[in-house]
Amino acid sequence: MNDTYELRMGEAHIEVHKFRGGAIVMATIVALFLQTAIPVHFPKFAILDLPLLLTIYFGLSRRNPSTGLLLGMTIGLLQDSLSGPTVPIGLYGIAKTIIGYLASSIGARLDTEHPVARFALTVIFFGVHQGIVILTRRLLLAQPEPWFTTHLAIGAAVNAVVGVFLFMLLDRLRKN
Amino acid sequence: MVAIPSRHKSLFLLVGVVVLQVLFLAIQIRRDSQGRLIRVWTVGAVTPFERAGASGVGGIRGAWNHYFALQNAARDNERLTRENAELKLQLNELQNKAEEADRLAKLLDFKQTHKTVPMLAARVIAASADSATQTLYLDRGEHDGIRRNMGVITPDGVVGKISETYPNTSQVLLLTDRDSGVGAMLVESHIQSPVGGVGEPLLAMKYVANDDTVAIGQHVVTSGMDRIFPRDLPVGTVAQIKDGNPFKQIRLKPAANLESLEDVIVLLTLQPLDLTKSESKEAKESGSPIAEAKKEPQSSAKTAKP
Repeated sequence: MNDTYELRMGEAHIEVHKFRGGAIVMATIVALFLQTAIPVHFPKFAILDLPLLLTIYFGLSRRNPSTGLLLGMTIGLLQDSLSGPTVPIGLYGIAKTIIGYLASSIGARLDTEHPVARFALTVIFFGVHQGIVILTRRLLLAQPEPWFTTHLAIGAAVNAVVGVFLFMLLDRLRKN
Repeated sequence: MVAIPSRHKSLFLLVGVVVLQVLFLAIQIRRDSQGRLIRVWTVGAVTPFERAGASGVGGIRGAWNHYFALQNAARDNERLTRENAELKLQLNELQNKAEEADRLAKLLDFKQTHKTVPMLAARVIAASADSATQTLYLDRGEHDGIRRNMGVITPDGVVGKISETYPNTSQVLLLTDRDSGVGAMLVESHIQSPVGGVGEPLLAMKYVANDDTVAIGQHVVTSGMDRIFPRDLPVGTVAQIKDGNPFKQIRLKPAANLESLEDVIVLLTLQPLDLTKSESKEAKESGSPIAEAKKEPQSSAKTAKP
């Protein structure tokens, strides 16, 4: 009982952000559209995982683990649906469900508004996300995937840098 | 009934949702050959935006390159710069149109030289939503006669095969995807071996024994053994060779430019094709990659030792 009370007292100073009507839905649609449309013209853009960045951002902002994991699941399943035939429905769904849960749980305990904190968290979440995807591929799909590649390290850095600026942009969708 | 403490509810929800998805994943693995309704719905909802975006992105990029990027021109010669910019705009527009016309003319020429082969030109409108798979979406689907496993090519060479079809859209699994493959052979030596993707820009030729002689720059064409692609379509050229155990590690540069595809041709048949019969004399004289590949003798083909 005391733990719960102290935790609630501790969480009291952390603000839960709400967003304008339809902002999350629109942001998700735009992110999925850009994720599939831009690599046709600029193949290197595929290194960005915009659906993951949205999952992290809304998880950190909403700070409600249930909402975060359900949003992550929805975004992940939509990404699965638009991926290649070798990606079964649920591969990114599982990974983003867990990321949504972790992001909102961390968001409820820490101040995640500072760009440096956002950069570090995005690098960590990108790594965890890739870890879950690779683990799922190895265990459930019997697809031998390397645990670490230079491409993944570059991807983590690029996504974190883009994430810092994208999160600033998404901050404008918050209700004042 | 045991009550779940409220602080653990989200954790239970997480476990429940993940377990559900894992079960769902398991079901799909067993039924992998069937189309999935959620894919049909999601692709159906998103592709209208992709279709509009495919032409919109080109327009926006053109406007950015041709107008906004010229804003820093010196003010003292503003008039000249504006005229220059307008001329550049027109010139670029004409060049783009000329490039598009060349591309379409090439497609048309290819189609006309193979009149007996049912084929359909299609436009690339989107790519895969993840970086792990190499797929593209086309603006033609089941209503246009496209079916799964049909071959997709350009006049330059093999692109991939249709992996999913939707009413007005279809998905192409590119040759560079690690699950992709095509029956192929070296033009010079007629050694046959499957060629597949490894998730990188270069392709891999898998079962060529160390004893066989292969040189960099040699051309690789389809063997027709996969019964998807007709014989003698260009697949790529040998770019790297290393001795392996027991097979050589051969990497190919794809003949088709798979990194910037805009228009492709779908072979509208699931029956084995023979392009040799349909090709006219004009194509042979034009020096197209396909015609070049066919100049080589084909009777002494031999299969690589597995």
